[in-house]
Amino acid sequence: MKELKILAVVVFFALVTYWLVEPYAHGIMHKKVDTKSFAYSDLDETTKGVMSKTGDASRGADLIVNGGCTGCHSVNVASIPAAMDAVSAAGAFGVNPPDLSNTGVIYDAKFLAELIKNPAHALNVEHKFAPESGKMHPMVPFYGAGGDIDQEIADMIAYLKSISVKVEDVTPAMAYEDACARCHTVDFVNYTYTGKIPAFKSKKDELAFEINVLEYEDSLKAYMGKLPPDLSMYYLSRSPHYIRTFMEDPQSYLEGTSMPRVGVTADSAEKIVEFMADSADSKRHQRDEIGTYVIYFSIIFAILAILWKKEVWRDLK
Amino acid sequence: MAQFTKATSVKDWLNQRLAIEKVEKVMGSEYWIPKNINFLWAMGMILAFLFLLLTVSGIFLLMYYQPHVDTAFYSVNYTIMSEVDFGWLWRHIHAVASSVTFLIIYIHMFTAIYYGSYKKGREMIWITGMLLFVTFSAGAFSGYMLPWGQMSYWAGMVITNIFSLGDLQFNGLVEWIRGDYAPGQAFLNRFFMLHVFLLPLAIMGLIGLHFAALRIPHVNNQDGEEIDFEAESKKYLAGDKKGSKVMRFANDFLSKDVMVLGIFLVFFFYLVFFHYTFALDPVNLDPADGLVTPKYIYPEWYFLWSYEILRPFSVNIGLIAFGFSQVIFFLLPWLDRSPNTVAASRRGLFKYWFWLMLINMIVLTAMGKLPPKDPFSTIGLISAVLFIVMWLALPFITKNEKKA
Ligand code: HEC
Ligand code: HEC
Ligand code: HEM
Repeated sequence: MKELKILAVVVFFALVTYWLVEPYAHGIMHKKVDTKSFAYSDLDETTKGVMSKTGDASRGADLIVNGGCTGCHSVNVASIPAAMDAVSAAGAFGVNPPDLSNTGVIYDAKFLAELIKNPAHALNVEHKFAPESGKMHPMVPFYGAGGDIDQEIADMIAYLKSISVKVEDVTPAMAYEDACARCHTVDFVNYTYTGKIPAFKSKKDELAFEINVLEYEDSLKAYMGKLPPDLSMYYLSRSPHYIRTFMEDPQSYLEGTSMPRVGVTADSAEKIVEFMADSADSKRHQRDEIGTYVIYFSIIFAILAILWKKEVWRDLK
Repeated sequence: MAQFTKATSVKDWLNQRLAIEKVEKVMGSEYWIPKNINFLWAMGMILAFLFLLLTVSGIFLLMYYQPHVDTAFYSVNYTIMSEVDFGWLWRHIHAVASSVTFLIIYIHMFTAIYYGSYKKGREMIWITGMLLFVTFSAGAFSGYMLPWGQMSYWAGMVITNIFSLGDLQFNGLVEWIRGDYAPGQAFLNRFFMLHVFLLPLAIMGLIGLHFAALRIPHVNNQDGEEIDFEAESKKYLAGDKKGSKVMRFANDFLSKDVMVLGIFLVFFFYLVFFHYTFALDPVNLDPADGLVTPKYIYPEWYFLWSYEILRPFSVNIGLIAFGFSQVIFFLLPWLDRSPNTVAASRRGLFKYWFWLMLINMIVLTAMGKLPPKDPFSTIGLISAVLFIVMWLALPFITKNEKKA
């Protein structure tokens, strides 16, 4: 039929135009980075020793305290409080070191092994701490407690794993808070550097809290060279794939950036992406559901309209 | 004074005061449409429907939008998208409808070009159509400023800069348009006013004028046939519905309009719910920041072809070329010197001119988005030159066309 031919021509040109300005142009403009499945295989070599050992959690418990970790980190589940409040910690280290309660489940084990031994290397920020700059990474490496250092690190990791919640109990908010919150705010869901912003009883408390946030930001800015962006909209303004591959290795997109590779597992990464989706695109489930109904309704409307037209035109042709 | 009698029914009451039966005849049942037209003639009604959708969704957005540089971004991306019930739906409808409006406008324009519907008394339809195109473009641009994202800010900067007119250095004019040295509160406020008041008002007026311009010449048809509407409509009214070459607008052609609309809506709602990102540029989801220039600055897709006519040249020549591309479509009825009002397929060289123009504008559109480096900038330059040459050649191509 002639009209279908015309329709085919129109659709053809529309699709060609669409393909050129969307998929094709964006493919040219944006760097394509494939995920490496959060394998961190560049750390295989240096962590071989640790990874071949079986850790002992009870020995690890002592090492975490005696090895100095708790001098900077809290371990809430083990009732080990932080040595300082978040603002003072940021003043001392640039950021507030995260609580270690769920470290064992949120971070990749191989990554942890490297982190404990050589934080700047694991975090992929050695360019910021070159020896000639005289700068040291604020997280002090663990130099061993007198025994086999590889075994000791394996013990610590075993301990961290033993105190963590189970994978299936990690919520998107937990994963995000552990790995990202110390540097990023998420305004849309009321998250700041110390987690969810509490409800305030008085204006005074609120202002005091805000001053703390500003002070924290001063330290963070000095440490990172710039204030990390608010992540409220990144799920939409970039893409899930971008966020995933960016956290896997920020250097792959922004060479020389000061954002560390955080070393989360693939599972935690998915949860962090979901957290960001809940902020930027909170109505996505409702949209999908209603969308399906609306499409059905439109199809029915179209069929009725076709029938009506046939009816009216029967007398005309 | 007219004679009023006691009304026998509500209809009669209204009839005596508003002559509704007569209006219905003039606008519907005795508004005669040729039978030999295809679904492309329903595009105008789809445009009218899309404008209605834009207006309704816009009113809902307006209830929560805040035209302030500090809160605009948040009010759109948070309040409307997350807090307001179904705010996201109105926003997606508004964004997708604006983009799709341009798709349909281009189809509508190229239909008119293909069938020569701008000739022989239809010049005013074409001119009012082009005025609609310009006001719609201004409407889309002003609307794009409102979320106050990175692209709002930087596109606003680049486009208003055009008014400095290159080496003429009309910087005062640019500042006057912006209300400031750089886009800021005054800028946002005036584009807000334009977008929600002045431009919709102008569009409504122009749509009325466009429809009025259609009455006397009637719509064209796909065979370029000159129809005697007087005689054919008599035939229809006498009962020879099949033999007549014309039909009523309502319900005869209207039923086809509604059918096309129904099929269109399936496509439209698919885009609204499942494929809306093309209408919400991701770069514009970063808040405006006057200190950080985005890596790539490009307009929405429907402006890309004219942007690419500006871009490949040096500033002054680019501006002249750009000015040319903006006014040249208006002159089409006079640049086409052939007396034939038939489909391009039945015309001589014009047939090739038409398809080449269409393809070249698609090429320009693509190059306008791609980064300005080789080979894209070379292709863009060639296409832009070709665009201008083709328009200049049009009178010569059509002058000696044989009678079809
Ligand atoms: C001198 C203080 C200090 C000590 C000691 C320390 N850390 Fe840290 N740790 C930090 C700081 C500061 C950061 C945040 C670094 C950053 O984000 O740039 C950090 C980050 C971390 C992270 C998160 C890394 C990531 O990828 O996001 C983990 C896990 C961690 N430390 C574990 C440990 C363990 C286990 C020990 C003991 C072996 C330890 N830390 C000892 C200061 C310390
Ligand atoms: C130690 C601080 C720190 C931590 C922890 C951190 N970030 Fe960042 N992040 C930054 C900094 C600094 C930037 C700015 C980078 C730049 O512009 O060079 C940034 C930028 C980003 C960006 C924007 C990238 C772009 O394209 O501009 C995203 C997305 C992001 N971070 C996500 C995350 C996620 C997800 C996490 C948790 C898994 C995280 N960040 C943890 C410091 C951090
Ligand atoms: C968005 C705004 C517009 C609306 C609502 C609109 C509406 C309509 C309608 C309802 C018709 C009659 C039916 C049809 O042929 O589709 C029509 C015809 C026409 N329009 Fe538009 N139009 C718009 C924009 C334009 C533009 C941008 C142009 C081109 C510059 C244009 C040029 C024409 C022409 C030439 C005709 C006559 C077609 C013929 O006689 O065959 N219109 N328009």
